[in-house]
Amino acid sequence: MVCEMETDQIEEMDVEVLSSMWPDDVGTQADNQFNVEKPAGDSDTLKEVDIAEKRTMADLKRLPELLNTTDQGSSQLTNLVRQWEYMQDHAVRLLREELKILTRQREEAEAKELKIIEEHNFETEEPESVPVLDETSHLFRRFRQKKRDELVDSKRVVIDEEFDTVAYWKQKALSLEKMLEASTERERRLIEKLNESLKTMESHSAPVEELTQNLKRAEGFLHFILQNAPIVMGHQDKDLRYLFIYNKFPSLREQDILGKTGVEIFHGGGVKESEDFKREVLEKGKASKREITFETELFGSKTFLIYVEPVYNKAREKIGINYMGMEVTDQVRKREKMAKLREDNAVRKAMESELTKTIHITEETMRAKQMLATMSHEIRSPLSGVVGMAEILSTTKLDKEQRQLLNVMISSGDLVLQLINDILDLSKVESGVMKLEATKFRPREVVKHVLQTAAASLKKDLTLEGNIADEVPILVVGDVLRIRQILTNLISNAIKFTHRGKVGIKLKVISEPSFASDKEQNETSVWICCDVYDTGIGIPENALPCLFKKYMQASADHARKYGGTGLGLAICKQLVELMGGQLTVTSQVNLGSTFTFILPYKVATSDDHSDDQDEFSDMVDHHQPEPDDTTEGYFQFKALLGSIYSNGGPVMGSNFLPHKAMLTSPIKLINGSVADPSNSSGQSQTVQVENGGYMDESESAHQYGNGNGHRCSYKESESCSSSQASSEMESELTVSSPREEEKTETEVKETSQPKILLVEDNKINIMVAKSMMKQLGYTMDIANNGVEAINAVKDTSYDLVLMDVCMPVMDGLKATRLIRSYEESGNWDAAIEAGVDIKTSESEQGCERSTDRLPIVAMTANTLAESSEECYANGMDSFISKPVTLQKLKECLQQYLQ
Amino acid sequence: MLGFGVDRLQADINRLLTSLFHQGVLDEQFLQLQQLQDETSPTFVYDVINIYFDESEKLLRSLRLLLMDREFSDYKKIGLHLNQLVGSSSSIGARRVRNVCVAFRSASELNNRPGCLRGLEIVEHEYHYLKNMMHELFQLEQQRLLAAGVRYPM
Repeated sequence: MVCEMETDQIEEMDVEVLSSMWPDDVGTQADNQFNVEKPAGDSDTLKEVDIAEKRTMADLKRLPELLNTTDQGSSQLTNLVRQWEYMQDHAVRLLREELKILTRQREEAEAKELKIIEEHNFETEEPESVPVLDETSHLFRRFRQKKRDELVDSKRVVIDEEFDTVAYWKQKALSLEKMLEASTERERRLIEKLNESLKTMESHSAPVEELTQNLKRAEGFLHFILQNAPIVMGHQDKDLRYLFIYNKFPSLREQDILGKTGVEIFHGGGVKESEDFKREVLEKGKASKREITFETELFGSKTFLIYVEPVYNKAREKIGINYMGMEVTDQVRKREKMAKLREDNAVRKAMESELTKTIHITEETMRAKQMLATMSHEIRSPLSGVVGMAEILSTTKLDKEQRQLLNVMISSGDLVLQLINDILDLSKVESGVMKLEATKFRPREVVKHVLQTAAASLKKDLTLEGNIADEVPILVVGDVLRIRQILTNLISNAIKFTHRGKVGIKLKVISEPSFASDKEQNETSVWICCDVYDTGIGIPENALPCLFKKYMQASADHARKYGGTGLGLAICKQLVELMGGQLTVTSQVNLGSTFTFILPYKVATSDDHSDDQDEFSDMVDHHQPEPDDTTEGYFQFKALLGSIYSNGGPVMGSNFLPHKAMLTSPIKLINGSVADPSNSSGQSQTVQVENGGYMDESESAHQYGNGNGHRCSYKESESCSSSQASSEMESELTVSSPREEEKTETEVKETSQPKILLVEDNKINIMVAKSMMKQLGYTMDIANNGVEAINAVKDTSYDLVLMDVCMPVMDGLKATRLIRSYEESGNWDAAIEAGVDIKTSESEQGCERSTDRLPIVAMTANTLAESSEECYANGMDSFISKPVTLQKLKECLQQYLQ
Repeated sequence: MLGFGVDRLQADINRLLTSLFHQGVLDEQFLQLQQLQDETSPTFVYDVINIYFDESEKLLRSLRLLLMDREFSDYKKIGLHLNQLVGSSSSIGARRVRNVCVAFRSASELNNRPGCLRGLEIVEHEYHYLKNMMHELFQLEQQRLLAAGVRYPM
């Protein structure tokens, strides 16, 4: 038995050594012993058990399960720990129970053994004397000894067994002993194991910590990730009550949320939608995402991308949903912005393409207009040649028929020219090339002259009247040429469509109209409203809208009946608008029309006449402005029927030379001055006759047919003046007013040959100009440059200077400036300063001569506005564009040699 | 021949003038010149054109000299010459010469020497073309006058 036990132990040791995988030669016997004594083997087995236990408790597979089953996901860790602890406790308790059971078993076994021993003793009582007793007592002793781990006793038992007395007892005792032995052994082992287990229990708190750390790490990781993520996660049950929520924006506490539905927690936009969405997912059983914008009091307007998935339990029943929301407000905003931008982009692109189209069309139109303008220009040049030649032809000797034919030719040519000029004007205005010039002018005179001019060509029995309110300033600043153009257009239009009654112009000051832009207004500007009214056929209402359109007339009938291009009003309107005004019309069929235009003007101070360069004042009161003339407010003119070809009438200007008609002062009804008493015919030349020093000029003007192209009449002189003749032909124009000094044309020519100076450096140009002058009946002096021109002007009193702009030595602009400076100062100091060699010997005479303004006309190769501005700025009165033609030269001479 | 020559010559003159107008060599200013010719100055056009050619020849020579000079920089003088040329050309209605002169002038204003050289070449070309055409015109005119003179006593 001892051997068995020993071998057992040895076997155990071997196993131990093997299991530890330590080779035999490693370490000393003591080490081995130590190892043996260490509970290594037991611990090993326990460890295995332990690991198995640990797996079951800390199984990671259980984590999702836990998550699913726990109500509060957020407290999962504590739960886990609690569970772990609980299970550990449980294990301890189990072990303890087992221990208890084992202890009880042992006690039972001991009790049994005692009983058996007692029995044995009782049985062996009888054969006490028998040495068996000894043996049994030995046995008992040995058992006890063995229990106390006394190996010496067992040795003794072995020796005792050899003793063979009673077989039955011996056998029974042996089996009992074996059972006992096994039981004892088991007990010992169990106790050992228990001790080990208890020991390892303590030492194996390590796995718990490890697990806790793992969990902590996982939690930390999750926290680390989710810390700043705008994420809300949650689990809701079938009724959409929150069972778990993780919220980055914990504005609500757990107890406010858990167990409630979204609707119960929030109010506002989007809540219902999200609730519906969750329900939908729950019903369909399919995870899906949606973007929902919340508008709640709790966190304002926020957009969440919500992911919802249904949750099933193990029986595949839906038990709720998991949802995860990420705040994407910014992204949504950005996306919306992007979408908007994209939309804008698309719109812009569309607009762009539209614009390009429009530009294209506009360009086409502009090109067409440009072409029209160019063509017009191209037509104008040869046409002016035709007309000019016809005019020259009319100066030759012709019979009556030829003359009539020629007249038709000239007037037709003039018409076409006018049309072309209109087109050019229009395209100039439209293309923005036209520039307005600011000059001082007297509105009264402008009105008067326009009416005079109109009356000159009037062939109808109409009264033309002008009415200017007193408050209209005497002198204003504006583009007088354009204003005159507008007035002339409107008046001629009115006359065209009026057969009886009157046509008139009314001027009055009005307050600033509403359409005016206030930025340009200042205290010195004044708004003048000008009505051009007639008693004509009127305009039907339906024709009013297209009245100001180009090439449009009220009706085709009118176009046939009255002719015209339909450009006039369009030009008027554009001009008025260009000047910042407005042109309107009111009309009644068969009663008449009134065209009204409102324009802003700057009020000019009327006292400095020296600056007053406009042509009308130049012509009318260049020398001594007639005081009444500037302030009178009413004019009336009447046409004279049947005056053509009759004798005794004053000269009638042809209408294509409008400036011819501006000489006559009208009779003023206001001051009631009738005809000059000395003038038996009651002719309206009174003013001229009275206005001495003005006479010669007007006479010289007559020679070119610059007669007073109209009658200035008033009631009393009507009958008389109606007998006066007018003629459209220059050659037949005669100064037929019954003046004292009646002269024939030739006489006039001889006595008042005007002195003209041509300043030009180009030989060819001089030749051509000279020849033209000859043809027109003049001679002229030549200066080759500015210096020569100044010397010539100093020595001779010229009536007109034609000045080339571009010249060597001194150009025309400078020469003009110096001449003007002389006119102002009366000396040539400026010229001397400029280095001009003034011959002083003859200069005395020049200095004494009157410092009237000498008309200087520039001859420039450039007809652009800048150039003309330059000319005007340097004191020139006008300019002729090169090359000089007969027509241009003639017009110029007519304008200035009056 | 005596009888028909005038008409034929006149037709030739007209055709030549038409083609010159059509090509833009001449413009209406030339007609102005013709208008100025009358009994008192029967050779006015011829005289003017001759003077024009004399003057222009001088100017062109001067221009060429100026431009041929390697160290030349007097664009202002070129501009003055060209102004003269432009002025007289436009006065006689030599449109194409005038136009190429204007282009030449803008090149000179930009101090663009290659442009100037090219401009000069073109101007010279146009000038010679004009001269040839004028020569032809005057010859025809002369023949026509002769023919007319022959016919007149009849």
